[in-house]
Amino acid sequence: MFDKPLAFWLIQSLNSLSLGGLLFLLSAGFSLIFGLMRIANLSHGAYFMLGAYIGLSVLRAGYSFGVAMVVAGLAVALMGGLIERFVIRRLAGNPLAQVLATLGIAFIIADGSLLVWTGDPQQLPSPEFLQGVFRLEGVAFPKYRVAVVGVAIVFAIGLWLLLEKTRIGAMIRAGVDDMEMARGVGIPVSALFTMVFCLGSFLAGVGGVLGGPILSVYPGLDTDMLPLALVVVILGGVGSLGGAFVGSFIIGFIYTFGQTLFPDLAYMILFLPMIIVLAIRPRGLFGRIGA
Amino acid sequence: MSRRTFLAATSALAASTAMTVPRWALAQGAPLKVGFLTVRQGALAAGGKQMEEGIQLFLKERGGMIGGRKVELIIADTGGNPVGAKTKTQELVERDKVHVIIGPLAAFEALAIDDYIGQSKTPIISPSAAAEDLTQRKPNPWFVRVSCSSAQVNYPVGDYAAKTLGYKRVAVIADDFAYGHECVSGFQRAFEDAGGKVVQKLWPPLNVADYGSYVGQLKTNVDAIYAGFAGANGLRFLKQLREYGIKTPVVGSGTTTDEGILKQMGDEALGVISGSFYSAGIDSPENKRFVAAVNKDYGADPGYYTLGTYSAGVLLEMAVKAVGGKVEDKDAFMKALRNPGAINDPRGTWRIDGYGNPVENIYIRKVERKGGKLVNVVLKTYPNVSQFWTYNPKEFLAAPVYSRDVPASKFLEP
Repeated sequence: MFDKPLAFWLIQSLNSLSLGGLLFLLSAGFSLIFGLMRIANLSHGAYFMLGAYIGLSVLRAGYSFGVAMVVAGLAVALMGGLIERFVIRRLAGNPLAQVLATLGIAFIIADGSLLVWTGDPQQLPSPEFLQGVFRLEGVAFPKYRVAVVGVAIVFAIGLWLLLEKTRIGAMIRAGVDDMEMARGVGIPVSALFTMVFCLGSFLAGVGGVLGGPILSVYPGLDTDMLPLALVVVILGGVGSLGGAFVGSFIIGFIYTFGQTLFPDLAYMILFLPMIIVLAIRPRGLFGRIGA
Repeated sequence: MSRRTFLAATSALAASTAMTVPRWALAQGAPLKVGFLTVRQGALAAGGKQMEEGIQLFLKERGGMIGGRKVELIIADTGGNPVGAKTKTQELVERDKVHVIIGPLAAFEALAIDDYIGQSKTPIISPSAAAEDLTQRKPNPWFVRVSCSSAQVNYPVGDYAAKTLGYKRVAVIADDFAYGHECVSGFQRAFEDAGGKVVQKLWPPLNVADYGSYVGQLKTNVDAIYAGFAGANGLRFLKQLREYGIKTPVVGSGTTTDEGILKQMGDEALGVISGSFYSAGIDSPENKRFVAAVNKDYGADPGYYTLGTYSAGVLLEMAVKAVGGKVEDKDAFMKALRNPGAINDPRGTWRIDGYGNPVENIYIRKVERKGGKLVNVVLKTYPNVSQFWTYNPKEFLAAPVYSRDVPASKFLEP
């Protein structure tokens, strides 16, 4: 097992990092929503997929990849905001009903996407300047995957700045830590909920477009991605951005190397660490509250 | 004339007309109820849509009539899962009282309804589900297949790869479920019989998120890669393979580059060699007519889903005519479905073997770009290939069904 060439380790490490980057975009929003609002947003995978489909349409209309990312993010954020205001808020105080509602929304988005974009799996082309490979020491690294890692890091830094250095970020952190106190101190919790839901949905939408060239876009993408978000969030800890960041890359590495080194355990390789974490340290690596 | 007289006269006229029509003609007037199992949601929806297009085109060409009877097509969406398949099949048989069922799409659906079909004695024509045992070790007298068995189309690919292309070492990667296993087994047996060696086998799970880690593991010191995928997975894998700058030639099962999915692919599919019982590139007048009709109505070339249900219609028509329209006589009707003689449809001329599976030409195709569009050009035809290839059926059936480890891989390298 350990007699593989250096090229193997390098390539699989890049795969792990790029997968981790995508998982970060997918799970950061999920973690914040779960941490602040105590809702497991089961439509998160569907937002990711919807973002990818919208990005596809924007690209086909002739706009650039960057525009596609922004438009998809904003569109999904808008949808998320409307759903939060008109569906989830109505079910306040009944978290189970809220979770079921998000599940229902996931089905609706999936069927709606089928109607609009058909059931054919589709390619989302990466930007021209990122096609092809870098060659280093005879090893080929796809340029796009390197870029994904870069973009994920930029988003991570941006989110960290938002949470640590702005007033709104402080309010979010306060809400995650102790909702009752936060209310008592006068933080506008309702508005905050909508904002965080929009932010989380925005990240998912952008993630969908970013992941498109690697994962492609097809019905079922939502249900393929959602379990990964859950695993990352449980591992990293609910409500923690740092947890989502570290968890995403850990899962990226476990997933990629696990599949190659232990192919017969391919299905277990992801969920085994999650079960271990839940058994030993239920709040995850950096979490403040129990999952 | 008063109203009363008018009414009396017309009802007398109606009664007399009814009495003069013979009873057998009344039965013939009853529609031929065809149940249609398809999938309209989720990952299989694209295939399901193509299936519907195939049968709708067939019925349109026949003016909605088969063998002198009007066809009532009852479409049921199974949702692409075994429970849904079972429920919908029961509805079709018990509530709608269909005479025959066309479908389902997936092999696991076909296996789920197999017992019920046997109990209820419902003739079923499968346009797609390729599971080997359905026409081998678990035969059902009420089942007939118009597509192929999974390994059947892959034996010629293995043979062609070794003998014509001269490949000696191949790495294999395929979906980790029964269909993928059976495809690889077919390829491997024929390939190794002809002197080739399968030196690596990778089995990515069906819903793997990222093929990158598998591409990273594929050996580069091989003559070719065999890719056994269906649906979106083939598209995703090929894209990632070329994205990594890997230039190794690819051979695969027909579903990897089926026309139904080929239209969504790009340059990464160029040069891929595959085997299937159909190609839109078959050069015959009947196929050209069919391809033109599908393009006109649906805007794309037909793949094996569209052709599958279309030829299910062809077989159905032959059987209905053979029993003179009396499909209510189930035993005679089923016999006609299993023994129609030579069948002519867009794929060519073929027949059905004693187990309910086609004996047909298998076409070796190569993806090329013609007129700006990706097409499967036919390179070679292997005539009259059966599900047993060149093996003795009795010995074949005595051996276990194909799986990940059957046949054993003798040449794997670490």
